[in-house]
Amino acid sequence: MTEMQNAPAGAAVAERKPAREPLLIVENLVKHFPVRGKLFRSGGAVRAVDGVDFTVAPGESLGLVGESGCGKTTTGRAVVRLLEPTGGKIVFEGRDITHLRGGALRPIRQDLQIIFQDPYSSLNPRHTVGRIVSMPLQVNGIKPPGGMRKRVQELLEIVGLNPEHYNRFPHEFSGGQRQRIGVARALALRPKLIVADEPVSALDVSIQAQIVNLLRGLQREFDLAFLFIAHDLAVVRHFSQRIAVMYLGKIVEIGDRHQIYDTPAHPYTRALLSAVPDIEVLGTARERIRLTGDVPTPLNPPSGCRFRTRCWKAQEICATKEPTLDIIGPAGQPVACHFPESGPLR
Amino acid sequence: MTTSPSSPASGPYLDVKDLRVRFSTEDGVVRAVDGVSFQLERGKTLGIVGESGSGKSVTSMSIMGLHNPKRTAMSGEIRVGGTDVLKLSEDKIRRLRGQAMAMIFQDPLSSLHPYYTIGRQIVEAYRVHHDVSKAKAQKRAIEMLDRVGIPQPQKRFEQYPHEFSGGMRQRAMIAMSLINDPDLLIADEPTTALDVTVQAQILDLLESLQKEFNSAIILITHDLGVVAQVADDVLVMYGGRAVEYGNAEQVLRAAQMPYTWGLLSSIPSVHGDSDADLVPIKGNPPSLINLPPGCSFHPRCRYAMLNGGPCDQEVPELLPVQGEVGHLVACHLPDQFRKDTYVNEIAQTGVAVVSEELA
Repeated sequence: MTEMQNAPAGAAVAERKPAREPLLIVENLVKHFPVRGKLFRSGGAVRAVDGVDFTVAPGESLGLVGESGCGKTTTGRAVVRLLEPTGGKIVFEGRDITHLRGGALRPIRQDLQIIFQDPYSSLNPRHTVGRIVSMPLQVNGIKPPGGMRKRVQELLEIVGLNPEHYNRFPHEFSGGQRQRIGVARALALRPKLIVADEPVSALDVSIQAQIVNLLRGLQREFDLAFLFIAHDLAVVRHFSQRIAVMYLGKIVEIGDRHQIYDTPAHPYTRALLSAVPDIEVLGTARERIRLTGDVPTPLNPPSGCRFRTRCWKAQEICATKEPTLDIIGPAGQPVACHFPESGPLR
Repeated sequence: MTTSPSSPASGPYLDVKDLRVRFSTEDGVVRAVDGVSFQLERGKTLGIVGESGSGKSVTSMSIMGLHNPKRTAMSGEIRVGGTDVLKLSEDKIRRLRGQAMAMIFQDPLSSLHPYYTIGRQIVEAYRVHHDVSKAKAQKRAIEMLDRVGIPQPQKRFEQYPHEFSGGMRQRAMIAMSLINDPDLLIADEPTTALDVTVQAQILDLLESLQKEFNSAIILITHDLGVVAQVADDVLVMYGGRAVEYGNAEQVLRAAQMPYTWGLLSSIPSVHGDSDADLVPIKGNPPSLINLPPGCSFHPRCRYAMLNGGPCDQEVPELLPVQGEVGHLVACHLPDQFRKDTYVNEIAQTGVAVVSEELA
């Protein structure tokens, strides 16, 4: 799906750097979790990620949004190979890493790091900050010039922590500070791509902006690429140049910030955006799209278009023929819908 | 129905005056709530905004009488329909709780009992306050499940909480809290654990139920977008104190307190310039054991001490803003300076907008 990079776009194209070879190519990624059935019977599989394609260019941030259970976290974990993909291909810097194991994975992990959602459970409470942040260096046998301690203190300074706090334990820090420790750990190996899985959603509102600004600064300074996973659409818009919208294990629409937020083509994208409570509108005067019901189970997704059971535009073809991202929406972005919407959101 | 407080003909349904709540811990005294006052009429919604540790949940728990009096020092007045809850015995509060006032919690999974069916839990909530047969209570519970939009209420009645999705669980919680027709409903972060599409459904539901039952609602949240959507009045809390209070238009469109400004300018918007940097509030929320002296926000405030003010010494009082009825602010900065700063600096950032009156 490299052609999506060349899709005609709005004003955002100008700000993007000239097209470079993609850093990460994900092709038809599939991750199924088998379900244990009753005796002698297979319980089927939870089709968490069911054929996902995207690319991330160096220094670019791709946002991945969707409701809980849509497979965005599974996608992120498969990309850093914390999970073994069931099918498809993950190519990082021209190298197929889909089924690498053990030691062969280690050099790749130096370039490919992850920041977790929960700053409380992702740091070992028995380790000092110094040990946590230096662990990636030790595991990979890297001896930084000037010594380990100096490098760790540099990293702490980069993420806005006091380097003197080298010997403190995670419980001595607040939530926002812990997330900074997680960021420092991810930066230790000078990665090229960071998968940020809901990095701010566990933090207080006033702290979220600090971390978003920190990550944005790092992205500019070190030319870092991000796969930014979040359910908060406003935060994603703020952080990512391109955005992919996921629903039930599939990408339903992918495009640059202006295409997704100003002229969304997929009914689901429209419904998501329209459900965001808007502080700029007091009261409920605004016409809004209301989705009814819940996301269907990924154990047994609907035939054809997976969104059709909640879609107000669904017709017969939606149940029989599955729409793919080969369909180009009115604003130029690929959209997996037989009847894409056109025009601005409101 | 003799226990239900007789609502006086005039005056607000809920009247909280100078509420103070303290807990003694090993590390010292936690001043969780430090002199908070507000009123709420029936049919209206009050949004309480603040970060974790700002005292918003403790305030609501006090109204519900959920603090253990042995470990909690409380003073002030909480009048629900004319009765001071703080002076009631545990036995009498229990009769009010669930009937005159009810609460919805953030996490419906941990507030429902996993071992009993949804139906049984709702029936119990009804029969505690009404002397009716099981069959009658059951009929009422199924009606309620239907009313909150749970499909196939007959079948759902027999199911356990783990068989419900997050949104459905929250609906079941709402059904349970509304089954006794409470006059006051406290919703503590009712949609924080939910997806946006489900959040929109729940907020719509609360709104239509409020119209139907004319109940007073306190909505506790950190999401200013949610507040903008549903609240009539807004109370901003910081470090256990009320720092800004007024109607939604006043607090969200003509904010006067630097902490509210900080919230407004640090939240990214789905409109506007996506490349502009957010303006975060520096530092971290204070510890309630060891609050900074003076205005507890001053160490994080960008405007503190601007006019050599007493920000680090005197606690600012919650005083009316000149020319605005009902808009109260606790800040040492001069009125005119705050108005100018909001219009010229704050309104350009984050999600802040200027009200037509100020522009």
